[in-house]
Amino acid sequence: MTEEKILQTPLKSKDIEKLTCGDKVILNGTIYTARDAAHKRLIQLLEDGKPLPFDIKDQIIYYVGPTPEKPGEVIGSAGPTTSGRMDPYTPRLLDAGLKGMIGKGQRSKEVIEAIVRNKSVYFAATGGASVLLAKSIKKLKIIAYEDLGTEAIREIYVENFPCIVAIDFRGRDLYEKGPEKYQIL
Amino acid sequence: MRQVNVSEITGIVQQLCIENNIYLDEEVINKIEEFSKKEDSQIGKQILGQILINAKLATDENRPMCQDTGIAVIFVELGQDVHISNGKLYDAINDGVKLGYTQGYLRKSVVEDPVFDRKNTKDNTPAIIHTEIVPGDKIKITVASKGAGSENMSEIKMLKPADGIVGVKDFVIDRIKRSGGMPCPPIIVGVGVGGNFEQCAYLSKKALLRPLNTGNPDPKWNAVEKELLTKINRLGIGPMGLGGRTTALAVQILTMPCHIASLPVAVNLQCHAHRHKTAII
Repeated sequence: MTEEKILQTPLKSKDIEKLTCGDKVILNGTIYTARDAAHKRLIQLLEDGKPLPFDIKDQIIYYVGPTPEKPGEVIGSAGPTTSGRMDPYTPRLLDAGLKGMIGKGQRSKEVIEAIVRNKSVYFAATGGASVLLAKSIKKLKIIAYEDLGTEAIREIYVENFPCIVAIDFRGRDLYEKGPEKYQIL
Repeated sequence: MRQVNVSEITGIVQQLCIENNIYLDEEVINKIEEFSKKEDSQIGKQILGQILINAKLATDENRPMCQDTGIAVIFVELGQDVHISNGKLYDAINDGVKLGYTQGYLRKSVVEDPVFDRKNTKDNTPAIIHTEIVPGDKIKITVASKGAGSENMSEIKMLKPADGIVGVKDFVIDRIKRSGGMPCPPIIVGVGVGGNFEQCAYLSKKALLRPLNTGNPDPKWNAVEKELLTKINRLGIGPMGLGGRTTALAVQILTMPCHIASLPVAVNLQCHAHRHKTAII
C-alpha cells in the first residue's frame, strides 16, 4: 500500500517538488471551482489586463460543476469533469500563477509543457465518485459569475480530499505511464 | 382502445429521471466487483473501490451518484393499440424531465443554441426522444441519463464493405485507445453495425440498454463481443485511464441489414455510471 501524501493549500514549490506521478494525495484547504464558461471569462480578463475575481497565485482549480445542493447540504454531488476541455485556457492560467488543477482525463502537450515551465501539478480525482468527493467539501462560497449557475466560481474548503498525482512538475504523465505498464501486446 | 392519460406518462418519466441518477444498477455493481478482483493496478483497484463506495453512499443518502446527471434520453415503445389522451406525448415526457430534474435536485445541463450564447434552458429540457411503434396496448418507457464525458468520445464511420469484420474491430479498438481516461473507464461499449448513417448511431446507443451479461444472441457477433472485450482490457488504459486491466465492463453490439455499398459502424461509449431505468404503463 503506497502511503498518502498530505498537502495543504496554497501549494508551495517545495511541496510540489516532493510529488511524483502516481502518488496518492490528500488535499486540505481552500480551492476554487471553474470549468468551461468560467475559464473563458478568466482568460478574457487576462487579455483585457483586468484583475481576476480571486488571486490565483499558488492556488488550485477544481474542474467541477456540482448538482444543486439540497437544503442542509454544503454542496451537491461534485466529481471532476473532463479536463481536456480546459486545455486551451490552462497554459495562460499557469503562467499567471496557478499551481494546480484537479480533474479527470489526459492533458495536451501544451498543458504539460506549461506545468513543467511553472513547476505545477495536475491531480486526477475519480470521475463519477461524486458523493464520496462531495463529503470532503466542508465550506462553499460563490465568489464570481453566479449567473453561470453550476459553472459559477466557488471557493470551497476541503478536508481529506482524495486524488492522485497524474502529471508531476517534471512532466511525467500517469496517463501514459500507467497504460504502458499494464498493456498486453 | 386503451386510454392512457398524459399525466401518467409525466409522472413515470419524473420518477425514472430521479431514480436513475441515484441508484446504480446491481448489474453494474456486480461487474465492477467481478473486475476488481482481477485488477492488478493498485491505483485501479482503489478507484474501483471508490466507485462502489460512492454507489452505496448515493443510495443511502439519496444523492445523485455523479454530478453530470446527463441529458435525458428517452426511449418510448408505444403500443399501436394505445390512445394517449389529454395532451401531447412529447410535452408530457418533457414535463416529466423538467419535474424530475428540478424536484430531484439534478443538474441542468442543456443549452439552447449549440453554438451561439449556449444559454442554459434551466430545466434540462428538451429531452432526446426516440419513439418506436410496437404491437400491443402498453407503453414502455426507458429513461437513460447520458453524461457528456463518455458521449463526447463516441464516433461513427462509414466503412467500405471490403473492410469487413477486421475494419469493424479496428475502428472500435482505435476509438477506445484514443479516448483514454476521458470517458470515465470502466466503460460499457455500445456498437452499432449496419443500417445507414443515422440508424447506426441509434443502434450503438440502443446496444447499451441490453442487460449486461446476456451476450449477443447471434454466435458470430457473440464471439466478436468477447474478443473485443478481451482486446480492450489488454490496452492497459484501466480505471479512469491511469493504468490497469479494467477498461471496459462489457461490449454490446446491435446489427441491422444495410445497403450493398455500405458498412456503417458506430461506437457509443457509456461511463461506469450506467444509468437507465424502464417502466411499463
